[in-house]
Amino acid sequence: MDLLTLLQLLDSAVRLATPLLLACIAGLYSERAGIFDIGLEGKMLAAAFLSAAVAYTTGNVWIGLLAGIGASLLLSAIHGIASITFRGNQLISGVAINFLAAGLTVVIAQSWFAQGGRTPQLAGAARFNPITLPFADALRDVPVIGPIYYELISGHTALVYVALVIVPLTWWILYATRFGLRLRAVGENPAAVDTAGVSVVGLRFAAVGICGVLCGIAGAYLATALQAGFTKDMSAGRGYIALAALIFAKWKPWPCLWATLLFGLLQALALRPDLIQRTLGFSVQTQLLDALPYILTVVILAGFVGKAIPPRAGGEPYVKER
Amino acid sequence: MTLFTKCLGATAALALTAGAALADPAIIFDLGGKFDKSFNESAFNGATKWAEETGGKFAEVELQSDAQREQALRRFAESGMNPIVMAGFSFATPLQDLAGDYPDTKFVIIDAVVDAPNVQSIVFNEEQGSYLVGMLAAMASKTGTVSFVGGMDIPLIRKFACGYAEGAKAANPDIKVIANMTGTTPAAWNDPVKGTELTLAQKSQGSDVVFQAAGGTGVGVLQAAADNDMLGIGVDANQNYMHPGQVLTSMLKRVDNAVYDAFKAGTDVKPGIESLGVAQDGVGYAMDDNNKDLVTADMQAKVEEAKAGIADGSITVHDYMSDESCPALTF
Repeated sequence: MDLLTLLQLLDSAVRLATPLLLACIAGLYSERAGIFDIGLEGKMLAAAFLSAAVAYTTGNVWIGLLAGIGASLLLSAIHGIASITFRGNQLISGVAINFLAAGLTVVIAQSWFAQGGRTPQLAGAARFNPITLPFADALRDVPVIGPIYYELISGHTALVYVALVIVPLTWWILYATRFGLRLRAVGENPAAVDTAGVSVVGLRFAAVGICGVLCGIAGAYLATALQAGFTKDMSAGRGYIALAALIFAKWKPWPCLWATLLFGLLQALALRPDLIQRTLGFSVQTQLLDALPYILTVVILAGFVGKAIPPRAGGEPYVKER
Repeated sequence: MTLFTKCLGATAALALTAGAALADPAIIFDLGGKFDKSFNESAFNGATKWAEETGGKFAEVELQSDAQREQALRRFAESGMNPIVMAGFSFATPLQDLAGDYPDTKFVIIDAVVDAPNVQSIVFNEEQGSYLVGMLAAMASKTGTVSFVGGMDIPLIRKFACGYAEGAKAANPDIKVIANMTGTTPAAWNDPVKGTELTLAQKSQGSDVVFQAAGGTGVGVLQAAADNDMLGIGVDANQNYMHPGQVLTSMLKRVDNAVYDAFKAGTDVKPGIESLGVAQDGVGYAMDDNNKDLVTADMQAKVEEAKAGIADGSITVHDYMSDESCPALTF
């Protein structure tokens, strides 16, 4: 395998990993605060639709991004009200959100645009276009570093860099700020947080809100950066893979990055059966590569490679007094 | 009492008008809706063409959910519509169950086979249309490599891929054909992101023309082709307009012709299996203003020659579904 092919493979892995990374970090905030979120998928889908619809109507992708975040936040609010305020079952609320998003997006798209549940194609400023980083063209001919910088690091859309910045930011928020300490505490022992005079409900709503914003960015990335418009069910299970990555990463920010990059790389490899055959000398079923993220997650969950321990109060609604 | 009588009268009048509407044809569109720019819209165009030519009227309904299939079929059958045309293989199961209940009504199902004495099943020879666009792809390719992106890995989609590869090799025996499937679950029909990545992966293997038979995933394939200086090839309906100048052609399934013929035959629709190929103008390739600069007269002449050959039987295109194997391509 030559350097250029390797870089193309890694480039593809980065593109495929970005929506997973954003959704994974979104789930991290929510679950670290004790709210399980099966609804990552639905929120991404709703955001993908509204961002594409608004970007098409206004011709400005940034307004589209805001609209996508808005759609995702709305679903987050529903999840929050159902599972925090009314102490409903978090898994059921999440599943309901997935169904709601899968149905509503197609129905609304059909009634607005009448194109079979699609939005029209976006073009020009209605879409995130690749950014060429400074000096990328100048450095292109420098051996080794040039192609790596030009092919792999430069030439992505703005949201990829946003996602990469969010990882250290999340690490800093969770482990170096008072808000982060409280957020982690509310997922482990909400009663202790309450005793200290901090609002459990407020903290959990904040976490669910941050989750909504990040899912919104992930959805907008799918519809306006990777694609040029919304198509039915376009999130295609990425919310669930992100959940698997979250378990794989043991609910920690940096491992989230590595886990999603690994899953992205596996997906990218599955697209190149010819490379595997050439490198290994025998062919591997693409189905096996597609299933590998899930197999790895089960291995981790079974405790073979370290142990994945979820936040202790996860999934339990907090009742102040019994 | 008078009100009651009036109501009765009104009901009787309604029943009479329903009777008078006898033998009006009806069409049921699948979930995509009749303006889906693809399969259903093509069916709608066929029905409209019949209505404009004959001045006749037809009943139609757009389904909103899977549960309505049987309900819609029964409603049309009971109000005396004949024949009833349905666009989409998903109708096979409900039709199988209820066709026997309405022996006097003729049903026409497109893209599936239902064995009943009053049902006409229309299937298309997709491999022949794919063969023609495969030839065009090979002639348009500058790199000597062309590629195919399928949706879900099912025999029907392999049939497209196989015909495409055979056509490409007929036009250029040295051509390299890369074929990838998006996945093995129904999610593979709606994953444009993966469609884009597959197309880019094929581009890095040298492909410069890509044919998609992948539903919603195909939107991503055509987009990636347009964004990266490749030529895309559309499927089912004419998709040349999606990226003018960057879609080489589209493999057409003339659902409109099938619907038009069924409506024209009316109650005389012949039960049994009707298979539409190049000879019946059931499949073909699309030429319009958007791609006229991409297909040269020479290329078109060669494809027309092959088209005539397939129609008169001097060229046979292998049907993957007949023996689950493909001489021109390994999956």
